[in-house]
Amino acid sequence: MDDVILSLEGVGKTFPGVVALSDVSLSIAHGETHIVLGENGAGKSTLIKLLAGIYQPDSGLIAFNGQPYQPKTPHDAQQSGIRIVHQELNLLPYLSIAENLMLENLPRRAFGIVDRKALNSRAVALLKEVGLDVDPRTRVEALGVAQMQLVEIAKALSYDSKLLVLDEPTATLTPPEIERLFSIIKRLKARGVTIIYISHRLHEVFEIGDRVTVLRNGRLVATRDLKGLAVPDLVRMMIGRDIADEYSFDDTIVPGKVALSVAGLKRDAATPAISFDVRHGEILGVAGLVGSGRTEAMRALFGADAKLDGVIEIDGKPVAITAPKDAVRHGLSLLTEDRKGQGLLLDLAVDKNITITDLGKVSRNGLINRRAEAAAANDLVGQLRVKASSIEQAVRNLSGGNQQKVVLAKWLFRGTSTLILDEPTRGVDIGARREIYQLLWMLAAQQKGIIMVSSDLPELMGMCHRIIVFSKNRIVGEVPRAEFDQERILSLAYQEYVRP
Amino acid sequence: MTETSEPLVSAPVSPGRAKFLRFLIRDAGVLLALVLITLFFSVTAPYFATPDNALKIFVQIAINTVLAAGMTFVILTGGIDLSVGSVLALCTVVGATVMIDEDLSPAVAITLALLACMATGAICGFLNGWISTRWKIPSFIVTLGMLNMAAGAARVVSDNSTITGLPQSFVDFGNLIIGGFLPSIFLVAVLVIAAGWFVLRFTVFGRMIFAVGTNDEAVRLSGHNPDFYKVAAFTISGLTAGIAAMVYLLRLNIGSPIAGVGYELNAIAAVIIGGTSLSGGKGSIIGTLVGACILQVLSTGLQLLGVGDNFKPIVIGLVIVLAVILDAYRERLLRKIR
Repeated sequence: MDDVILSLEGVGKTFPGVVALSDVSLSIAHGETHIVLGENGAGKSTLIKLLAGIYQPDSGLIAFNGQPYQPKTPHDAQQSGIRIVHQELNLLPYLSIAENLMLENLPRRAFGIVDRKALNSRAVALLKEVGLDVDPRTRVEALGVAQMQLVEIAKALSYDSKLLVLDEPTATLTPPEIERLFSIIKRLKARGVTIIYISHRLHEVFEIGDRVTVLRNGRLVATRDLKGLAVPDLVRMMIGRDIADEYSFDDTIVPGKVALSVAGLKRDAATPAISFDVRHGEILGVAGLVGSGRTEAMRALFGADAKLDGVIEIDGKPVAITAPKDAVRHGLSLLTEDRKGQGLLLDLAVDKNITITDLGKVSRNGLINRRAEAAAANDLVGQLRVKASSIEQAVRNLSGGNQQKVVLAKWLFRGTSTLILDEPTRGVDIGARREIYQLLWMLAAQQKGIIMVSSDLPELMGMCHRIIVFSKNRIVGEVPRAEFDQERILSLAYQEYVRP
Repeated sequence: MTETSEPLVSAPVSPGRAKFLRFLIRDAGVLLALVLITLFFSVTAPYFATPDNALKIFVQIAINTVLAAGMTFVILTGGIDLSVGSVLALCTVVGATVMIDEDLSPAVAITLALLACMATGAICGFLNGWISTRWKIPSFIVTLGMLNMAAGAARVVSDNSTITGLPQSFVDFGNLIIGGFLPSIFLVAVLVIAAGWFVLRFTVFGRMIFAVGTNDEAVRLSGHNPDFYKVAAFTISGLTAGIAAMVYLLRLNIGSPIAGVGYELNAIAAVIIGGTSLSGGKGSIIGTLVGACILQVLSTGLQLLGVGDNFKPIVIGLVIVLAVILDAYRERLLRKIR
C-alpha cells in the first residue's frame, strides 16, 4: 500500500471511566471507499472526532498525506482537507442553501458586501454535483433530511476536500434516498475522493465499500477487503461471536393477563391511530426504522408529548394520562432513547438520580432521610451491579452501560408494573448489555410487562415474545416468536416507504 | 466500553484526598477569598479593622443578603429574577402605608405590614413564575416586565412620594444592636439564609430545586411537574423581596417608590460570586451569604482606602467578572479531580 492518504499508528483515547479507543492502527489508501463498522460504543464516533479535531488523541500518531496530522480544532481539520459530514447535521436552518454552502468563504464585493450572484451561481454548480435540483436560495429549514444531507456533502465538496468522512449517512434515509446517495458516493469515488464511510447497516456497505475496518470495544478487530466477505462474517467480527448465544430466551416465562392496552392512540390529525397491548410477564418488541414513529408513540402513550385521541387501559381499567406524572402514578416507566438529555441528572450523584422517582419513600414530613436514601441506593446499585466509585459519584462520569443501569434503578426504586424501554442498549457495552438482558428476564419473571423499542433486530429477536413493526407511523404487522424472521420484519419496516 | 464494562480508569487522586480537594475548590474557595480580602483591607485600609466598621458592614449587607437568598432559589432552577429591586420598592410603600395607619395599634400595624410586604412580594414572584412557565417565556423577559410594572405600581400606591412616620417601636427595633455586636437587621438576614440553607439541604423540595435546575426534562419524565418548582422558586424570590422591604423600612425608616434601583444586580452578583451556576443546578446559599459579604467588604474597604466613588464600581465589576471566570475554571478543575 504505497499510496496511503491517511494513517493511524497506535492511536488511543481515554475518558474518565472509559477507554474509548485503544491502540488503533489503520491506513487508508488514496481514492478508496473505506467502511468502518462497529456497534454503538465500539469507538467509531471517537475516531471521527479525532479526525475532525474535536478530540485530541492521548497516544499514537496520525498522518495525513505523509504529514503529521494534529488538528486542534475542527477548523484545522477543514484546512487540511478533511471534511466530516456528521450524523447530526450542522446546517443553519434559517439561512439559504447557498449561504450554508459557502458560509466560511462567502464571495464578496467591495466593503464586504456579499456577492449574491456569484454565491448563487457557485451554489448551483455544487448542488448539481450532488444531484440536488433545488433553488439555492431556498432556506435549509424547508428541506427534508435527505436533501440536507446532500447539502452537507455539497458543502464538503466546496472545499476541495481530499478526504470525506460520512458518519452513518443513511440512518434517517428511505431506500430510494439511499440509492441516490450511493450513486453520488460512486461518482465522487470516480473523481478520486477518498471516503471513510461509517455505518452499522451491514447490507449496504457491500455496494459501495472497497475495504472494511471493524472496531469493537475501542479496539481494531480487523481490516479486510470486502470482496469475499458476507454479512455473517461482519457480524462475527463486530460482536466477537455468533449472535445466537447473546440472548438466553427463557421459555419458562409464560405471559399472563394484559397489563397495558393502547387503543386508537393518535398523536395528531396527520398520523394514523395505533393499537397494541402487552401482557404481564411478556417482552413485546417494537421494531421499525429510525423515525418510523416508534419513539413518538411511546412518548405520547407515556404523556410526555400531547396526544389527540386514544384509550389506555391498565389491567383492564381505562386511565387518563395527560402528563408523565399520570403515567408514573399508574405504574408505567419510560426509559428514554436520549439517556443523557432526558433520563439522567448528569451532574447529580447516583443516589439522587435513583431516588428522584419517589422521594416520598425516603423522607418524612418533607425531610429527606439521607441514611435511608443511601441504603436504598446502595441496595439497587448492588443488585444491578452498577460500577461506580460510590453512590456519591456524579452519573456524568459513569460509562454508558452503568448510566443505563442507573436509569433502570430509578424505575425499580419507584416500583413499576409496565416498563417502556426505548433503545435500552444503545451506547451500552456488551458486558453491561448482557446484564441488562438478564435484568429484563428477571422483571418478566416477576410478571411485569415490558415494551422494548430497538433498532437492533437481532436483539429484539433474541429477547421478545412478540414483535410489532412500525412503518411510517403505522403499525404494519405483528410477528409472534415462532415466526421471527429477519427478512420478514425488515420488509415490514420498509413497507410504507417503498410504496409509491 | 470494554468486555467487562469496568474500565474505571484509576483516578489521578485518591478518593479521600479528592473529596477534600473538591471541598476546598467548590465550597471553601469563596470563603477563602473573603478571608483574604478582609485581611488585605485590615492591613491596608485605616479604620477597616474596627468593631464599628464591622457593625456597619453587617448592617449594610442585610438587604442584599435577603434578596440574594431568594435569588439563589431562582438561579438554581436555571432562571433569573430582575424584578426584585422594584418589587422591594413596591413592598416598602405598601408596608409603610399599612404601618402608618393611625387606626391600628403599633403592634397590629407592624404585623399587618409584615404580612402585606410578604404577600405583595410573593404575588409578584408567583406571577413571574407562572407567566414564564405557562407561556414558556424566558424569565429574563418576564421579570424585566415585572421590574417596570412593580416600579410603576410603587408610584401609584405612594402617589409618587416618600412615606414617613413609621411607629417608634419599629424604628427602635431597626436600630437595635443585640448584645452590642449583632444588629437586628443582620439577624433577620442570617435567619433567612439559615431557613434557605435548611430547605435546600434537607427537604424534598430543596432536592427538587436542584434536580429541576440540572435537567427539567428528566424531572418531568420521572413523573414530576417541574413548573411547580420553578413557580415556587420565583414565589420565594418575591417573598424574600418582601422581607427585604421590611429590612429596608427597619434600616431607613421610609417607604420609597424609588427604593431598590439596581438591587437586583447586586443580588445576582452575590449569588454568582457565591459560586452558584447561572445555568442552574449547582450552588449553595451559604456561598450566597459569603458572596454578599465579599461585595460589601470590597465596597467599604475601597472607600476607606480612598478609592473614589468613580473607580469603586470598576473594581467591583472586575471582581464579578473574575468570579465567573474562576467558576468556569473551578468546574474544569473539579472534572479533573473526579
